[in-house]
Amino acid sequence: MELEEGEICALLGENGSGKSTLVKMMYGLVKPDDGKMIFRSKDYTPTNPNEARSAGIAMVFQHFSLFDALTVAENIALGMSDHLSFSTLSKNIEEKGKAYGLALNPDNLVGSLSAGERQRVEIIRCLLQNPKILIMDEPTSVLTPQEADILFEALKNLAEEGTTILYISHKLEEIKELCTKATILRAGKVVATCNPEEKSARQLAEMMVGTSIGAPKRTGEVRSHEGTPLFQVKDIEKDASSSFGTGLQKISFEVWQGEVFGIGGIAGNGQDELMEVLSGEALPKKGSILLDGKDLARLNPNERRKRGLLFAPEQRVGHAAAGEMNLIENSYLTAADRKALSKYGIINWSKTTSFSKEIICHFDVRTPGSENLAQSLSGGNLQKFVIGREILQNPEVLIVNQPTWGVDAAAAASIRQKLMDLADQGAVVVVISQDIDELLEVSDYISVLSGGRLSRERHVKGLSREDIGLMMGASQELALEA
Amino acid sequence: MLVFERRRQPSKFWTTITPVLAVVLTMIVGGIMFALLGKNPVEAIRTIFWSPLFDPNLSAYARPQILVKAAPLVLIAIGLSIGFKANIWNIGAEGQYIMGAIFGGGVALALYPLEAWWIFPLMILSGILGGILWAMLPALLKIKFRTNEILVSLMLVYVSEHFLASVSLGLLRNPDGIGFPGSRNLQQYASASNGELFTGTGIHLGVIAAFVSIFALYGLIKFHRIGFQVRVTGQSERISRFAGVNPNLMVIFCLATGGGLAGLAGIFELSGPTGQLSIDFNVGYGFTAIIVAFLGRLNPFGMALAALLMALTYIGGELAQFMLNLPAAAIQALQGMLLFILLSMDFLSQYRIKIRKLA
Amino acid sequence: MDFAAINPLLFISTMVAASIPVLLAALGELVVEKSGVLNLGVEGMMIIGAVCGFITIVHTGSPLLGVLASIIAGGVLALLFGVLTQILHSNQVATGLALTLFGLGLSALLGQNYAGIKPPNFPKPALGFLSDLPIFGQLFFKYDYLVYVAFLLVIGVSYVLSRTRSGLILRSIGENHDAAHALGYHVIRVRLAAIVFGGGCAGLGGGYLAMIRVPQWTEGLTAGAGWIALALVVFASWKPYRVILGAFLFGGVTLLQLNLQAVGVKLNPAYLSMAPYIITIIALVVISGTSSRFATLAPGSLGKLFHKTM
Repeated sequence: MELEEGEICALLGENGSGKSTLVKMMYGLVKPDDGKMIFRSKDYTPTNPNEARSAGIAMVFQHFSLFDALTVAENIALGMSDHLSFSTLSKNIEEKGKAYGLALNPDNLVGSLSAGERQRVEIIRCLLQNPKILIMDEPTSVLTPQEADILFEALKNLAEEGTTILYISHKLEEIKELCTKATILRAGKVVATCNPEEKSARQLAEMMVGTSIGAPKRTGEVRSHEGTPLFQVKDIEKDASSSFGTGLQKISFEVWQGEVFGIGGIAGNGQDELMEVLSGEALPKKGSILLDGKDLARLNPNERRKRGLLFAPEQRVGHAAAGEMNLIENSYLTAADRKALSKYGIINWSKTTSFSKEIICHFDVRTPGSENLAQSLSGGNLQKFVIGREILQNPEVLIVNQPTWGVDAAAAASIRQKLMDLADQGAVVVVISQDIDELLEVSDYISVLSGGRLSRERHVKGLSREDIGLMMGASQELALEA
Repeated sequence: MLVFERRRQPSKFWTTITPVLAVVLTMIVGGIMFALLGKNPVEAIRTIFWSPLFDPNLSAYARPQILVKAAPLVLIAIGLSIGFKANIWNIGAEGQYIMGAIFGGGVALALYPLEAWWIFPLMILSGILGGILWAMLPALLKIKFRTNEILVSLMLVYVSEHFLASVSLGLLRNPDGIGFPGSRNLQQYASASNGELFTGTGIHLGVIAAFVSIFALYGLIKFHRIGFQVRVTGQSERISRFAGVNPNLMVIFCLATGGGLAGLAGIFELSGPTGQLSIDFNVGYGFTAIIVAFLGRLNPFGMALAALLMALTYIGGELAQFMLNLPAAAIQALQGMLLFILLSMDFLSQYRIKIRKLA
Repeated sequence: MDFAAINPLLFISTMVAASIPVLLAALGELVVEKSGVLNLGVEGMMIIGAVCGFITIVHTGSPLLGVLASIIAGGVLALLFGVLTQILHSNQVATGLALTLFGLGLSALLGQNYAGIKPPNFPKPALGFLSDLPIFGQLFFKYDYLVYVAFLLVIGVSYVLSRTRSGLILRSIGENHDAAHALGYHVIRVRLAAIVFGGGCAGLGGGYLAMIRVPQWTEGLTAGAGWIALALVVFASWKPYRVILGAFLFGGVTLLQLNLQAVGVKLNPAYLSMAPYIITIIALVVISGTSSRFATLAPGSLGKLFHKTM
């Protein structure tokens, strides 16, 4: 693949298609086994990121690259090859910030910043080195649409000044908006290079996946509230669960049988806290959680499961599933009571094994067998297993957090389909997701969690991406006023 | 260039074989250590690892003695392993062992010279209770104030050692002991004596209890929900809360079983082989049991084997002490070395070593 | 009972000296923990440092060589821990414990013929008239070299950690090793260096105990000082200057109970001997229980396994 000066090139591909490996080579984190890179007509073989940086290649990471307990200035100093004094550095940070509309206070702790501000730290860190090539790995996954617009403006300015931008994403709409060229990777190979403005999002997606994918469909109709709600959450309040989290303020919503309720918003705005409170991993300070009129807010997760409230949290390994346990043990993890897998505490392993096989079979989990450890499964397969484990327990209410995060397109489609099928069978499904397209696809009603507050719900009919973006902004303003 | 590649599943073969390899390697490295001390390495290793088992003059005495020494190690290690599995690090078993002995022994000595059938069970129960109570200190502080249980349980070892010194010189000193330090000898108090079950072997009830504990742990971990929850807690705190485990109860459970079993080992030891509370009553079983737990990979049968091995080194070490004039501390160093070598070899079960040509 | 027998000036100056072993060990461990590694083997490294320093000083008569031997012995043992945990990925808790058990055994073995020997005197700097100043002389200018070295070390560590780029890199690695790796820093190399530094400090602390403080060799000489040093790091909330405070507290309590025993307080000496350990527990409770930001004070990656993926 080739990059020219001043262009914004998209690198497209599914999870595991080799995008990350490719850019890590450019940034000196991984050595290629074979082949070479040529940068400004010279062989370019960086052995570590420092060399890459001094050659003029900078990278903004998707995650993992900031230090919460250090200040903005310290974070930026760590990512720079030249060693400036802190006072000069602070001045530079403020100047660059002004020039691109990305203001920052160099003395703030990074942990106290919002997702958008944290990303500014990373971008300024790169800009201070006047890079020739700027690599951006999924930069908008943590931004509201409005914040993303600010970012795009800054990137377009940079490109005009002659900086080449390599933009990695799987969000096709924004690539069409921003990029002038797109290189598509599949299974570690370049399969196409094209101008994204000339192709439709669907065409791009098919090049990425290699086959055509059908959008998931509801068999039933889009629901509107009928009768009394099955699941009610009333005035839930909770403190932030970590010093960098967000507390919940008066969260209330109601969901009727057969409905999918989508909760949008950028992670870190109380999503984790809401999930903890709903699952019973943490108890709310105030408020109630009613299933069929009975309050479950004070019960532990197992008691809630017995009553039909089930959950699939965001983090698969280490939360929803135990990585170092096999799939049989992971089946027992949440299904012990509802599937009656133990009696007087004695575990019936043969019954548990057949339940795990049922999940693997019904949800198309690709694994050599249920004896395999959860961590040996790919992200998509493990997620199918986790969702399947909950759905096969016939929940009254199923709450899922980021159901398709880091999951390949085919698995994502099948997971969404299963969630909608579950609702069609009369259960309540609550989907917490930062993927707006996903919410628009599966939900009947959508509301946005932002700054620990939940916006008013909107029926999905006639709702656009921009509307949801506005809902995020609106609830933030509400928080500011309060 | 050597490349380490993480295995998706730990290799079963290497997990089983590494303890054996570690023992062999320890013999070699230990041999070098003995050679540096000016002893004949082959002779020393043979005396420690071979003679107690197979020397015709010694084995009749030494074999049952291995069981006697292994019993407290098994009991303590079984208890500790539950906590270790759940990432709860009680390393103060030595203190809980001492407190078990003081509690149980205290009850018996208070009742002296009364003779009744209920004294022995009461003594054993209060021994267990003593260990549990002592372990509850780190547990409650951890729950209430988030203090680190490693540090608290360890500090309490030193506290209990000083407490042992004070009672064996004061409160529980033998009034008929003509000024000698130490308590009455429980072996001479029929109702409280944990005597030999088979004449001449020294095997006492503690050995039976150790056997029972091995199977009890196996059943608990493999077939009971509580054992499952223990293992889940060891995976991560987050997943254990998700699985409905109450983290505070788990801390209490793990420390209570560890402390209770250590207390049990203490009172069996006091009422059996030792007989008498004195300043040097404790000989480090509580720490050696940590080695046993890791060497046995927290598996009940593995720990039983590891305890036998450690007991063998104790007996063999004593032999080497008077036959070869080898210092007692050499055995302690050897045991530590064994744990070290085992830990470094664990790598083999987690990673695959590949040779890759330099690019 | 006669409290007047306790001279406050002498008490304070002895307390300073008594706190040096744990101060050094805790300072070293603080650096190790700042880099994200939990080494529970401090006790083992201390006692090995103690015995090696002692043997060296007895044979060579040279305090400098004794000090060097202590540092090197602690450092070598720490390196062993570093290789196991950082390169062979063994469990840090288990390996630290193994280090302590091994150190205790090995030290007893090495020191078996050295019990009861008196080492040569350890020199003090000649500070001339300063030492003769009233009050100040006693309080500040009558210590041996290592006391001053220890305090300079605290200042140095504090400066490096908070004001230099190397310190920043070390902290960043302790905070989030994946991010530091992504930025191109050598997580394992930096950690190994920190571990060896920590071992050297612990070894020196042990050496101080055997060569100067006691001065004698007995089996199990450190008597839990290494564990107290670990507790001090928590107590100090990972801040170098606060380690001094904690070390003084510990040194003061140790000394006070000795003094009380000496002046004949009517309390069983065994109970007084427990005091330092109980105070340590109480200090841990106070600091862990009252600081609500406790979780964020500890380095983010403390004790977590780092493995280069890719």
